[in-house]
Amino acid sequence: MLRTIGKRLLLLIPTLFGLTVLLFFWVRALPGGPAAALLGERATPEAIERINEAYGFNRPLPEQYITWLGRLLQGDFGNSIETRRPVLEEFANRFPATVELAVMALIIAVGIGIPLGYWAARHHGRFIDHISVAGSLVGITIPVFFLAFILKWIFAVQLGWLPSTGRQDRGVDATHVTGFYVLDGLLTGELDASLNAIVHLLLPAIALATIPLAIIVRITRASVLEVVNADYVRTGRAKGIAQSTIRNRFVLRNAMLPVVTTIGLQAGLLISGAVLTETVFAFPGIGAFLAGAIFARDFPVLQGFVLFIALSYALINLLVDISYSFIDPRVRIQ
Amino acid sequence: MTLALTGCVQSQRDSGTDDSAAPESDVNSTFIFGASADPSGLDPAFASDGETFRISRQIFEGLVGVEPGTADPAPLLATDWESNEEGTSYTFDLQEGVTFHDGTEFNAEAVCANFDRWYNWTGLTATESLSYYYGSLYGGFAGDENALYESCSADDELTATVNLTRPFSGFIASLSLPAFAMQSPTALEEYGADDVGGSEEAPEYSEYGEAHPTGTGPFVFESWSPGSEVVLQANPDYWGEQGQVQEIVFRVIDDPTARRQALESGDIDGYDLVAPADTAALDEAGFNVMQRDPFTILYLGFNQQIPELQDIRVRQAIAHAIDREALVTQVLPEGTEVASQFIPPVVNGYNEDVTDYEYDPARAQELLAEAGFADGLSLQFNYPVNVSRPYMPNPEQIFTALSSQLEAVGITVEPVADEWTDYLDRMRGTADHGIHLLGWTGDYNDTDNFVGVFFNGYSNEWGFENAELFGALTEARQIPQPEDATEAYQEINEQIAQFVPGVPLAHPAPSLAFAERVTSYPASPVNDEVFNMIELSE
Repeated sequence: MLRTIGKRLLLLIPTLFGLTVLLFFWVRALPGGPAAALLGERATPEAIERINEAYGFNRPLPEQYITWLGRLLQGDFGNSIETRRPVLEEFANRFPATVELAVMALIIAVGIGIPLGYWAARHHGRFIDHISVAGSLVGITIPVFFLAFILKWIFAVQLGWLPSTGRQDRGVDATHVTGFYVLDGLLTGELDASLNAIVHLLLPAIALATIPLAIIVRITRASVLEVVNADYVRTGRAKGIAQSTIRNRFVLRNAMLPVVTTIGLQAGLLISGAVLTETVFAFPGIGAFLAGAIFARDFPVLQGFVLFIALSYALINLLVDISYSFIDPRVRIQ
Repeated sequence: MTLALTGCVQSQRDSGTDDSAAPESDVNSTFIFGASADPSGLDPAFASDGETFRISRQIFEGLVGVEPGTADPAPLLATDWESNEEGTSYTFDLQEGVTFHDGTEFNAEAVCANFDRWYNWTGLTATESLSYYYGSLYGGFAGDENALYESCSADDELTATVNLTRPFSGFIASLSLPAFAMQSPTALEEYGADDVGGSEEAPEYSEYGEAHPTGTGPFVFESWSPGSEVVLQANPDYWGEQGQVQEIVFRVIDDPTARRQALESGDIDGYDLVAPADTAALDEAGFNVMQRDPFTILYLGFNQQIPELQDIRVRQAIAHAIDREALVTQVLPEGTEVASQFIPPVVNGYNEDVTDYEYDPARAQELLAEAGFADGLSLQFNYPVNVSRPYMPNPEQIFTALSSQLEAVGITVEPVADEWTDYLDRMRGTADHGIHLLGWTGDYNDTDNFVGVFFNGYSNEWGFENAELFGALTEARQIPQPEDATEAYQEINEQIAQFVPGVPLAHPAPSLAFAERVTSYPASPVNDEVFNMIELSE
């Protein structure tokens, strides 16, 4: 299996290389450039020209691409034009926040989605089933930013139960070791800090979790429905195997394959969903930063961040593939 | 509950000097402000954006400050100044007993060290992306024959003389910009302020600009977590009035609705550039909504590269077709003033008797008919979307209001909307636009900082040649004393009105909103707002 994983990792290289080409030219096809964005009303053609000269944006595109790729291969992702910091550092500072948010959202989506889907399937055709199907339809169609504003308005503005912005309150004693605030609190024994970070995660994570939650409910329900009617389940029942064994080993385990695939896909989508959620909650992750970079035409940030995101997406999918072989011994990754 | 700010601030300044500065114990002395973005760096000399300057104004002070509530220059680190008759040499008397946050003494040598630092920038430090203000106001850097700065000498401990190569009427006013604030020469040196290093394509912060800004102001830098917040602490050794606020947190919240919700939920104490649609609701809910005196101009520009717009009768017709009063009451924020010229009333050279094109649709139709467009005229109307500027909080609504007024006199509008960056690109870089919305927020009280920005030469945006106007502006800029330039600028404003390069529409007033506990805030037309003047009630 290690060899297979190695092969898959090697395959990433041409994929990422292709992506660098696409990314580079896509980013430069955006109208307006970083100089105009940087200078705003003060942008005169001469000033734009001088900045483009200084940053090398007026050189031929293939030349710019090769320079960028050359640096990339040495691990140099360049600096953000807007914040002037190394792209790698900007990413490393913000990625933990987004991962924490995505993990929290995933926990909510999976923790609620699978039991709910299973429950709906077991009550197939009854009221509870209809409710969950209709509810998940709403969950898929409701725009994330709208839901985020509504959640914030209710729980932060009207009720004042949860914070409306940020990752952690000031005034909380928190030592930051890894950048994952919840984890940091557990590592250093500052449980208050962990709890505070979790409280800050709740609203954005709920907003971010709705779409994956709804999808997981639907997939689990459909997949359980298919399995419960399978021959081997009927045979198992006929043999008098305990109900709990049938549920856990026959139904759930077999029904999980498509669910796991969906979760893998959703995990990747969570990162893109984070762009909206993070902006609404002023949550300092990569999503909010990336959104700003698009408006600022911050070429190095756009290129670097999208590459990192693609890489993490690919790794998540690799993990999903590996997990198949644990769930279903017939599946061996080749 | 809208507060009359200017008066408030003034009275505090007057009474505040003999009060003890100790904060009352039952007041939460941490003030949290919702910033729309991270600062672009902590060294104001390398900045030109509002969020950076807002923070700089707490940490740094310039030789020249601003009279509270106005745009007029006032003494700050310099208690007095004098220039020679030609306006080429300025002698500054400095405030005594001032030290920088690192303990370095503020004196004439420190002043000269700052001037010399700016003048000697080279390479990347001498480009607009870093030293925008120095580059554009001081003509250039060492070795540049157009450079305005000549030399600086420390005459004694507290007297410094700055020599210029030619007069510049905006010199004193420009020194109130945070970009020209005094910074500790020791700290600049120690933390390599000018080592913005990296390569040309990848400029990097200096250690100074990232973590060691050192000024003389009432607040000392503590920390900056990019994407989250900047924290400042009160300066216990401040030479002036300390005030109630002991800690400032600038929390970054880039979404305008999120800023409003953060205020409503008590996460922040205040924020800037409140959307016009939000002011009434916040006011009703008990928040303190305040307006700055407008220091802005919103205009409808005409691109004379479009043949129809070369006819002055067409330009006059459009001016008569527009009902500015209606525009201001319908879609612009409270406090907005109707504009009659391209500078706000508080700026030097404002002409009370300028030719005004009153709202007169019949006259507009007449003029159009004279110009040969009796059967109607079709014009491209450009406007930006998804952007809010201090002078243009809601371009989409402004566009809608104006186009219906134009349609009423028989002008067919072809709307062309762009995202902000693309929009600016189109205005500044191409001839492909017609009538368009744009404007300006003044940096400091200098007429040239308004009209000179728009009309100092041929530009793609306006697309006209007018040697008389261009020449008059160049001459006015070189009048040594601002007082002497008043008449020249009044004439220029009349000249512009006669030529109708566009229609000055309004001077929108930016709004701020604060929690109820903020009883006073030093709102300033030029954003010269230092938080030691804030008053908190709980």
